[in-house]
Formats: sequence, structure tokens, C-alpha cells
Amino acid sequence: MNDMTPTREQREAALEGMGCKRKRVEDIRFTQGKGNYVDDVKLPGMLFGDFVRSPYAHAKVTKIDATEALKLPGVIAVLTAEDLKGVNLAWMPTLAGDVQMVLADGKVLYQNQEVAFVVAEDRYIADDAIQLVEVEYEELPVLVDPFKSMDADAPVLRPDLEGKTEGAHGPRKHHNHIFTWEVGDKDETARAFKDADVTIKEMISYHRTHPSPLETCQCIASMDKITGELTVWGTFQAPHVIRTVASLLSTIPEHKIHVIAPDIGGGFGNKVGAYPGYICAIVASIVTGVPIKWVEDRMENLSTTSFARDYHMTAEIAAKNDGTVTGLKVHVLADHGGFDACADPSKWPAGFFNIVTGSYDFPTAHLEVDGVYTNKAPGGVAYRCSFRVTEAAYCIERGMDILAQKLGMDPADLRIKNFVKPEQFPYQSALGWEYDSGDYHTAMHKAMDTIGYRELRAEQKAKQEAFRRGETREIMGIGVSFFTEIVGAGPSKNCDILGVAMFDSAEIRVHPTGSVISRMGTKSQGQGHETTWAQIIATEIGIPAADIMVEEGNTDTAPYGLGTYGSRSTPVAGAAIALASRKIRNKAQMIAAHMLEVSEYDLEWDVDGFQVKGNPQARKSMKEIAWAAYHAPPPGMEPGLEAVSYYDPPNMTFPFGAYFCVMDIDVDTGVAKTRRFYALDDCGTRINPMIIEGQVHGGLTEAFAIAMGQEIRYDEIGNVLGASFMDFFIPTAVETPHWETDHTVTPSPHHPIGAKGVGESPNVGGVPAFSNAVNDAFQFLGSTHIQMPHDAWRLWQAAKDLGAHG
Amino acid sequence: MIPGVFTYHRPSSVAEAVAILANHGDEARPLSGGHSLIPMMKLRMAAPEHLVDLGGIAALKGISEDGDTITIGAMTTQHELIGSDLLSAKLPIIRETALMIADPQIRYVGTLGGNVANGDPGNDMPALMQCLDASYVLTGPDGDRQVAARAFYEAAYFTALAPEEILTSIRIPVPAAGHGYAYEKLKRKVGDYATAAAAIVLTMNGGTVGMCSVALTNVADTPLFASEAGDILTGSTLDAATVKRAVAAAEAITQPASDGRGPAEYRTKMAGVMVERALARAAERARS
Repeated sequence: MNDMTPTREQREAALEGMGCKRKRVEDIRFTQGKGNYVDDVKLPGMLFGDFVRSPYAHAKVTKIDATEALKLPGVIAVLTAEDLKGVNLAWMPTLAGDVQMVLADGKVLYQNQEVAFVVAEDRYIADDAIQLVEVEYEELPVLVDPFKSMDADAPVLRPDLEGKTEGAHGPRKHHNHIFTWEVGDKDETARAFKDADVTIKEMISYHRTHPSPLETCQCIASMDKITGELTVWGTFQAPHVIRTVASLLSTIPEHKIHVIAPDIGGGFGNKVGAYPGYICAIVASIVTGVPIKWVEDRMENLSTTSFARDYHMTAEIAAKNDGTVTGLKVHVLADHGGFDACADPSKWPAGFFNIVTGSYDFPTAHLEVDGVYTNKAPGGVAYRCSFRVTEAAYCIERGMDILAQKLGMDPADLRIKNFVKPEQFPYQSALGWEYDSGDYHTAMHKAMDTIGYRELRAEQKAKQEAFRRGETREIMGIGVSFFTEIVGAGPSKNCDILGVAMFDSAEIRVHPTGSVISRMGTKSQGQGHETTWAQIIATEIGIPAADIMVEEGNTDTAPYGLGTYGSRSTPVAGAAIALASRKIRNKAQMIAAHMLEVSEYDLEWDVDGFQVKGNPQARKSMKEIAWAAYHAPPPGMEPGLEAVSYYDPPNMTFPFGAYFCVMDIDVDTGVAKTRRFYALDDCGTRINPMIIEGQVHGGLTEAFAIAMGQEIRYDEIGNVLGASFMDFFIPTAVETPHWETDHTVTPSPHHPIGAKGVGESPNVGGVPAFSNAVNDAFQFLGSTHIQMPHDAWRLWQAAKDLGAHG
Repeated sequence: MIPGVFTYHRPSSVAEAVAILANHGDEARPLSGGHSLIPMMKLRMAAPEHLVDLGGIAALKGISEDGDTITIGAMTTQHELIGSDLLSAKLPIIRETALMIADPQIRYVGTLGGNVANGDPGNDMPALMQCLDASYVLTGPDGDRQVAARAFYEAAYFTALAPEEILTSIRIPVPAAGHGYAYEKLKRKVGDYATAAAAIVLTMNGGTVGMCSVALTNVADTPLFASEAGDILTGSTLDAATVKRAVAAAEAITQPASDGRGPAEYRTKMAGVMVERALARAAERARS
């Protein structure tokens, strides 16, 4: 070997494969304002659509008069439910098995509900025309409080469901009841509580919030009346599903529908579902034969397009005096708004909330979820979490703290005592999941040592004494959170969306010169797939990531996939990418054997090519093999070098982590300052540590926002309050705490590269860490549980109620 | 979130601007930085048919000193206030307050005149101007008149400014050298209006308060000059009992709205906490 021959390490580094902190390739265009978002797409003759919306939360719509609006120059059409009935689209099916009005059909069920769709030559004219559409309403009694939904005299929200005693998920027991979902062993759990030394019970609310991506939802529908083809550009987290739904609803054959999701400015679950704007734009384009653009504004997005949470969870834990947990009982009252439009896999009306046993070895558990209607916007999407997992994690992590308080135990010690042990994996949970892998003890001890947990407890004790002596007006809280996530939906045996199994896919084509184009069924909204997918391929087939193009979002070119949400991309599509890569490598091995005139069994893989065992000088690089695949493939072998893989995961993956938050609260103002936040994540194999760190920072920032003030509020007559960024809390760099990140690595045993997914862990684990810190701070004053959000006035109120203001 | 139709004017002199306003009466609104007016137009809560942009009038900019008075042109931006050496030396509380307004991008565009003229109770500068006993120069078809900041505000968005008048400059008497000052603002996040805020200027003679001026932001539908609180503190040694009385006097004049920042009771109490903390800081500075 001469000096110019790169070493094995140099060749490995040149690939920028898995484990490399490769810079995000998409950022070159994003940081220069050169991204291509839906609103950047401009088509000749394009018209604009915008909505007339209801000022009332619950009202009959007695008359819609568009006469004056239609007189305004530049107004093309005003669509109402009556027009949509002509194409059978006044209502649309939801992902949760309900139906939802596209435009108000005789009544409205929440404020800002879509009533009419104005189509005009530009968006200014459209907005002017909205003011001219006269709608007559007859106000109805408003139901805002989900706890009153099933009162005998509660107003009937859904006359369309009258007499329907069977819903999509079993019997309905009241006119505002949607479903009851029951999991676990009720009798066994009752026995555990009967035999318990200690029990706790607390109603833990997770308030209504919103994913609020910076780019709102939007689309352009363009119907070509000559060819009969419909092209839809949109902010779609799952473009193929949108294509299938569009075909089923419009009866346009699926091959004549082209769905394109260009660059997307954040999704966080907000862009999974189908919204009235999409349907109206499509219908308007079918009617007019010209492209129609619909772009939501911020207030429309916050007030109508898929909220998150609104779960009211009554948690009970049974335990022995030594802290060993013996049973868990949870009842959830789930506020779904006016329609059940949750974006969950079809058979899971409460998502994967049955992960609520968390990281603890509960011998038995019972869970019941009741979904109800209220006069609020529909949604209930997974805001940067797998389906209802952040609710579950919050419920159990608050519950464990409350149990620790009752037992007089340290909350970290109580958790360690009850952790599922490493030797118990794969672990069967009492509520039906098989946890794939975990080493909770190692993670927890590493976290506690790093943050100096025992010292912090000693400092807290000293501060509490100083507070009692009147020497300080500040109280200190230490939030402990140990979460187990369930991501990677999902195995076809239990996960589908509208009947389509939740597999995912990858197609990889190696060009003759050794560069690659690859396409997946997922769709990045900022996660950095163009960077990380190339890294998996680079390691698997030995071609530098820089030579690999990743393309997503065009349903004509990408293989069918279920999209990106619920931290499913790496667990599902990541596996498909690895397996498609391995198909290519297998073929490459045969080609290399032919080139080297040896048996393929005499070859071994070496970073970026094959070499003859025991004779590393005799080798062929992937680049040489790629050329041969197109130039002189072995006799009898098809030319070319490409592969497709569809991956149906055998199980979910179960990332976990230990988070600690140290907080100081000024009892006189209620202002809470996060002094430290430490997050240890175990997401299995780490593909790009820098992207993981970025994901964790983003998710923690959202968790901080949610726990400390981010809220969609309603007044008693259903007016949505604070649906703008003046009030809705999006932290800036000034408010955001400093994040300390750490990790352990426990690969998933069933995933081809051992990766588990990470995007949503920080939101799932972060919210309980913040809330537990707040609650921990107030505990010594006699508090058991303070509801979120923990904004300043509520903490001031808590301090006042606990007598801290003298 | 799109404004209605309006005609845009960009005059180059105050006289020209006043003439346009006089011509259109209630249908016209002057535009300075636009950070209150434009969002209201986007929400169609304001729908002026004529928008008179004052940005082309050079005479409305600048900061100057004339004897005991500092005059600030209405179109001077928050950013320019922050960067002014004259203000840093003579009226440092203006810089301190301006730095708590929104974020740098907004401060590059937002103006002092727009901030004080609009009558938005959330704005920070009106209470500060009351604390400093500033006067506003209002220019109309009949020339100039001066109105004290303490007499300017009538209700939310209602002021002494007539539809055909423009607030052209702000005149501030220079406080005594060595005065103490502080602006304490409690807010939920960068860019938010105050949950409650207090401006304090005082002088100390030995351990005794020589003069003390207190004003409050966003705890009523106008800024509040807390004259009683100031009077209680004047002549005192800032002993705990007096401070407590002054805080109670300040709290007593508040009439805050309940909103996302908190219920009225909380915001009243926070006005008191802000007064107490501003006072401590101002006294500290006066002594040093």
C-alpha cells in the first residue's frame, strides 16, 4: 500500500455514515430562504379560497346569503354545504371513524368553524368578500366543560347521530358520548387495591394545547379537466394517505391523483389529518378547472386545526408500604370537541394510552377512556408524541411523585424500586405491550450522578428551612421524570389507517457512476431525513452520504408509505432503508464475485466494497461494482442496481429516558426559573448525534412551553381565547432554559439497525419533568397536585392558596 | 388577517400631513411604526380609509436638549432611544424601558410618538411619560398645543388627540442629576405586554426621599400616575411601613382586566410588587 491509499478509518469517515455528526444538507436552502413551501408554489390562473367562519360556538345556521359577496369584482364563487352535497362532500369521514362537516350543514359546533368557502382572484378580494357574506345564526346552549358532557340535560351537539347507540368503537351511552375504551383486568386490579397498604388517587388534567407549526396548513388543488388528473400540493405529513383519501372521496382514480408535499415548515401532528380547506380547494378546482390555493392564517390554525391533549386523567396507584407498586387504575375523560377527528391508528380510539404503566413493573392494571363531544374544535392529534403517549407519561409520572409523597419516599428511589429490570426484557406490560429492550437502572443512575441529585435534595431542604424562617421568598423544586415511549407505528397486526397497514417503504437506485437517488414513504417536516436517511444508506452500501440524494413527498415517485408522525420514521422507514440497502449489497456481492472471479462466499464486506477473504488487495469498491452492474453484469443477471423494501415492523420500539429539572419559583410573582434541565435519552442506535441533540432541544422547548403556559383556553360561551402568538406561549431564546443532553444506548433487538426513534421523547418526558419540578417545589407547603399549565399567575395563586403570602 | 381597502398617503411635511387628516376627519389615521395600528387593521378592528404615513417627514425625528427640557421627535424609534448618549446620561430610565419593549426587530420600527399617541394601555412609554411629567406637542390645523402626559389619556384608545392633530414631539423635563430610577416589568415572554409594570423616579437627600414619582402600566384602561403613592414616599426614609402604605395606595388605583396574563386580583398585586421592586432599585441607584 502506498501512502496515498486511504486507511480503513479514512474510508469510513469519508462515508459520513451512521454515528456521524453530519451537517444537515437541507439547511443550505433553509438558511438562505430558498426552501420551496406550498405558499411558494404559484400556478398560472390560480385562484384563492378563504373561509367564512362562525362567531358562535354552538348555533343553528338559518340562512347564508352570498349575494353581496358575489357582486364584488374578482369574486368567483361562494361554496356552502348545499353545494358540497351535490358532490356528496358536505361531510367527510375522520380518521377516528366519525364524520365531520366540511362546511356548516345546518349548524355549527365550535367557534370559527368553516361555514362558507369564498373563491376569488386574490386573497385580498377573498377576505373582503368574507365580510360581505351574510349568515344568520340562532344561538344554542354551549357545552364547554367535558365533565358536563354526559349530564342528562346536556345540549345535543350531534343531532346527526341521534339514535345511534353504536359508535366506531363500541356502544355509546349518552348523546354526547363517543366511545368507551377499556383495557386490562378490572377484577384483578380491584383486588390489588383491596389488598394494598397504601393507595393514591388524583385527577390529573392535561390541558388543551396546540402543535402550532410555524407554517400553517395549506394546499393548492389543480384539476386538469382535459386529462382528468388532479394534482394537490399540500402541507401533508402523510402524502400517500391523502392521495388514497382524495381518491376515495372524489372517485377520481388514484393513479390520476398526484399529491406533492414540498418543504414543510413543521408539523408536530398538525398536518396528519384532512381538513375542510383541502376538501373545499379540491372541490372548487374540480368545479372551476383552475388551480385553487388555500392558506390558513395563524388564528385559523390555532383555533380550528387540530388541537392536542384535553385529557382529564383520574389515576389511582396501589402499593405496599415499602413502595412496591401492586396495581394501577386510570380513568380518562377525553374532550374531543365537536367531531372525533383524532389522528390515531384506526383501532386505537385513545391511541397508545395503555403505555400508562410507564417504566414500572405493575403486576396488574385497568384503564378506561371515555371520549365525549364538546363545543370546541376537533383534533386530539399527537403533538410531537406518539399517539396519546405524552398524556400517559404525564399521568404515571405525576402519579409516582404523588405516591412517593404519600409514602415519604424519595421520588427517584421509588421509581428505581419499581423499574422493569433489564433481565425482564422483552417485557409484557399489564396493559398489553411487549417492551423490546431497556436498561432503566443504568440510565437513572447515570442521570442522578451527573446532576448531583442527592446534593440538590440537600440544598432544597436547606432552602425550605430558610423559606420558613422568612429569609427567602424563593422555593426550589426538583422534577424527576423517567419515561418509556412507544413509537414506530406500527405492526400490521394492530395498526392501520383507514384500513391501510402502517408499514413504510424505501426505494434506492444506484446510478452507474456510483451515486444514488433514494425515495421513501415518509415526509420530513424539519426532522432532517435528507441527511439521516443518506447516512443509513452510506453505512449499509458504502457510498458516501454526500453522493446520495434523498427525496420524499411526491406520491408519483416515492413508494407508498404512511408518512412521518409518532416518531415512526426511523423505526419503520429506517428499517426499510436498511433492508433495501442490504438487497443492493447482496446483489453487489454477486457482481463483485464475478468481477474478481471468486465465489461470493469468498468475499467479505469492508466499509465501501468487497474484498477476498485473506487477500484484502483483491477488492472491488461499490463505485466499481455499480459501473459493472450497468456495464457488464454477470451472465444471467438483470442489469442495474436498485431495490425496494416495504417494512412491516414486528413490534413497536420503546425509547426511554431520565430527565431532571431544577426550578426556582418566586412565590410573590409566581415566576418560575428553570435553573437546570438535564435530559438523558436512550433511543437505541444513534444515526446522527447532532440531529438527535437538535430534536431533543426542540422537543424540550415545546415541553417547557406546554408545562409552563401554552394553552388553548375557552370562555364559558365557547369563545376561543388567545388564539394568536401574543397569548399562545411560544418561547423565544430568552425564555428557553439551557439544555444539558446525555445518552445511553440500548439497541432495539428487532430493528435492523437497532434504532428506536427520538423526535418525540423530549416532549413526552419533558412535560412531567417540568410539572414535577413545580409540584415538588410546593410540596413542603402542603400541596399534592397543581394542575398545568404552570404560568406565573397560577403559581402565584397556588402559593396564595397554600398560605405562602402570609 | 388582511386589512380592508385603504388609500395610502406619504406626506413630506407636518403641514401636509395635518391637511390630509383635516380633509378626511375620522376616516384617516396617522401611521408611525404601525405596530399597534396595522395588527388592528389586519383583524379589521380598525378600518381607516386613509392611512397617513409619517415616515417621510424628516422634521419628526431626533432628540435634542434645550435648557432643562429634552425634546424627542415623535418618529424617533425605540432603537434610536436606546442608542442615544444624551438620554443615557440625562434620562437613563428611557433606555431601560425601551429595552423591555418587544424585541429588536420591533424596536427598529416602533416609535416613541406612536407608542404614546395610540392610547393602547399595554404600551410602556405612556406610564413612563407620566412618571417623568412629560408633555406632548399636538400639531393641528391651528398650530401647536401642549398636553401633559398625565392629562392625555381618557380611556383605552381614547386620548386628548383630535382626529386632525398629530402628536409631533414629546418634551421631558430633565430630572435632577443623581436621581434614582427603575422600570420594573412583569411579562410572560419577550414581545408581551406587561402583566403589570411600574416606573419610578426619585431623589434622595441623605436617607430621605426628596421627590418620588410613580406610574403604572397596563393595570387599567389607561396608564396610571400614582400620585398618592409618590406623595406617601416623598419625605420618607423608605421604611417598611411607609413602603407598604405606598404599595397599597398604588394597588388601590388599579382596575386591570382579567385576561391570559392572569385575573384582575393577581395583576393588581403584581402592580404592587413591581412598585416595591422598582422602588428598591431606584433607591439603590440614587444612593450610588
